[in-house]
Amino acid sequence: MRVADVRARLERLGTGVTFHVLRLGFASRFLGHLVLHSGTALRRFRLTTAEIYFAGVLSLIIILVSGLFVGMVLALQGYDTLQRFGASESLGVLVALSLVRELGPVVAGLLFASRAGSAITAEIGLMKATEQLSAMEMMAVDPIARVVAPRFWGGVLSMPLLAALFSAMGIFGGYLVGVQLIGVDAGAFWSQMQAAVDVRNDILNGVIKSAVFGVAVTWIAVFEGYDAPPTAEGVSRATTRTVVTSSLAILALDFVLTALMFTGGTHQ
Amino acid sequence: MNRSSIDLWVGVFVVAGIAGLLFLALKVGNLATFSNSQVYQVQAKFANIGGLKARAPVKSAGVVVGRVADIRFDNESYEAIVSINIDYNYQFPRDTTAKILTSGILGEQYLGLEAGGDGVMLKNGDRLRLTQSAVVLENLISQFLFSKAAEGKPEAKESGK
Amino acid sequence: MQQSPAAQRVVAQPIAHPIVDIRKLSFGYDPKRPVLRNIDLAIERGSVVGIMGQSGCGKTTLLRVIMGALRPSAGEARVLGHAIKELDREGLYAMRRKMGMLFQFGALFTDQSVYENVAFPLREHTDLPEDLINDLVMLKLHAVGLRGAAHLAPTELSGGMARRVALARSIALDPQLILYDEPFTGLDPISFGVIVRLIRELNDSLGATSIIVTHDVQEALRVVDYVHFMAAGRVIAQGRPDEIRSSSEPFVRQFVNGSSEGPVPFHYPAPAYDADLELATH
Repeated sequence: MRVADVRARLERLGTGVTFHVLRLGFASRFLGHLVLHSGTALRRFRLTTAEIYFAGVLSLIIILVSGLFVGMVLALQGYDTLQRFGASESLGVLVALSLVRELGPVVAGLLFASRAGSAITAEIGLMKATEQLSAMEMMAVDPIARVVAPRFWGGVLSMPLLAALFSAMGIFGGYLVGVQLIGVDAGAFWSQMQAAVDVRNDILNGVIKSAVFGVAVTWIAVFEGYDAPPTAEGVSRATTRTVVTSSLAILALDFVLTALMFTGGTHQ
Repeated sequence: MNRSSIDLWVGVFVVAGIAGLLFLALKVGNLATFSNSQVYQVQAKFANIGGLKARAPVKSAGVVVGRVADIRFDNESYEAIVSINIDYNYQFPRDTTAKILTSGILGEQYLGLEAGGDGVMLKNGDRLRLTQSAVVLENLISQFLFSKAAEGKPEAKESGK
Repeated sequence: MQQSPAAQRVVAQPIAHPIVDIRKLSFGYDPKRPVLRNIDLAIERGSVVGIMGQSGCGKTTLLRVIMGALRPSAGEARVLGHAIKELDREGLYAMRRKMGMLFQFGALFTDQSVYENVAFPLREHTDLPEDLINDLVMLKLHAVGLRGAAHLAPTELSGGMARRVALARSIALDPQLILYDEPFTGLDPISFGVIVRLIRELNDSLGATSIIVTHDVQEALRVVDYVHFMAAGRVIAQGRPDEIRSSSEPFVRQFVNGSSEGPVPFHYPAPAYDADLELATH
């Protein structure tokens, strides 16, 4: 009895793993097809700009407000700890490096996944469920080139801009709290920050991270929408999956990228 | 939302994003200070570089005049060879001393240049002859203990034990 | 008691140059469970043809094979002179440019207006200037009676209107073959009559051929020239509407009369009634 139970569980685990591996393979082929047929999205750039609007511009409010608050909290918490070591003048360094290296790309990515990613999945899923994609296919227009590709490139192009704006707003928020509210010296705040934040090492790496996250989140979003079962329940499950999978992917990729980029003392 | 207002907002968004990036690069980072000036490279050998890392600042009189380019180990003399990129605008005499110093008490290490008095200036590819290695904490402590012990012995002799 | 439908008994008259020519077609998503079995079917140019049958008999699958969305597992399907099996993506798209398809609920693009929906195939496949496209769109909308609704959004349309707009869209490029997937589902009697009239009018004025997949027997029999009747993946009867109405084939009779008893049983297979009620049986 017990052995049979264990065996059944192992079989289910095996089937589950196989299923996910197959799905990943399908998703990769999908991405390949998407990129190869991106001609329409790039030639008729109007299609892509419309998607940059829906993914990027409409996410601005949440990104800017969140960035501001994250920066302000960083300054509050950071000051509390730094002033215990007499290092309160390094507040600018703390806020800037935290944001530019990590919080900017990651938090902006998570917000993007939940706002824009889920919207993209829902939209594509609903188009599939109401046979709009089939209708397009029947009219000899490739729905992947016409509907999916512009959304993919719209998301990929929006993400780094959103992350940069998040970090910028956060630093401004840190300045507001640190200098204006708490009273850290403005000169020390900015000059120490400038000395410590390196354009190549920190800012560029942050931009690279946000670009990688943009590709990951948007890929997951368009794929889940395209692959969703054409029912109401199917689409809503797909939307949830987008947010969850994107978030996990961002955090996992963040670890990998941080380990590669910011290895600090391993080589001189 | 008609076509032209979408285009407008996307344009605003992209401009704002690029402005954000520029803000980060210029006001927050150190792009404005250093990246593309011309440099010339000199080398210096040290017995111990301590915690000096590539891209560490090179300062003279406290002002950043260059960056550490590269640190290698010379297997024949068993010393470290540090390559230094100095900004073209700053000329140093041939007998300049290079010291590895620490900013603050426990801060990061940087390379300090103290100008000598020679009339001839350093050129690209030259080597600095006078160097002072980093202060290693363990050596400092053992020195201190040793000197304390040495002080203790003559006192013991004097007090006649 | 279920009977499996008899294999095709009615021999069709041979058609020269059929627009759709299907021979010994079989298809199944799973090779062990074919959805279509050994189908022979030919459709004459210019006719309005109905493919009818019970839900699940395979008629929608057959339609998908004809439009090239599915590849035959066995046998041959030739549409507009092209063999479906041999077409690559380019060829498939070229073939579809000569076809129009009306989906069950219209499948209009919800992010575009009625005008833009009808203009879509014109904008994607032709280089016509906007004023010419405008004329064509208005022409097509006028043909279906909805020229005044050109600037509405699809969400503002009733079911019948949406389907008419979708019809206008499907004839935008003057197709040679028009496919209808359950066009009468859920329509009120007036919209019903309108669609029926439009199918016939458009077919004749465009000189096209129309294939209607439906199970609305009485209405369909009034508009079609010829019927292919399917059950369990086979064509079990075919003929003109009057022949179908007077057919002696049991499946066809049950279907045409809409009776609950016949080859298709009322009861889904179940164990004995008293066993389910847990009556004591000693």
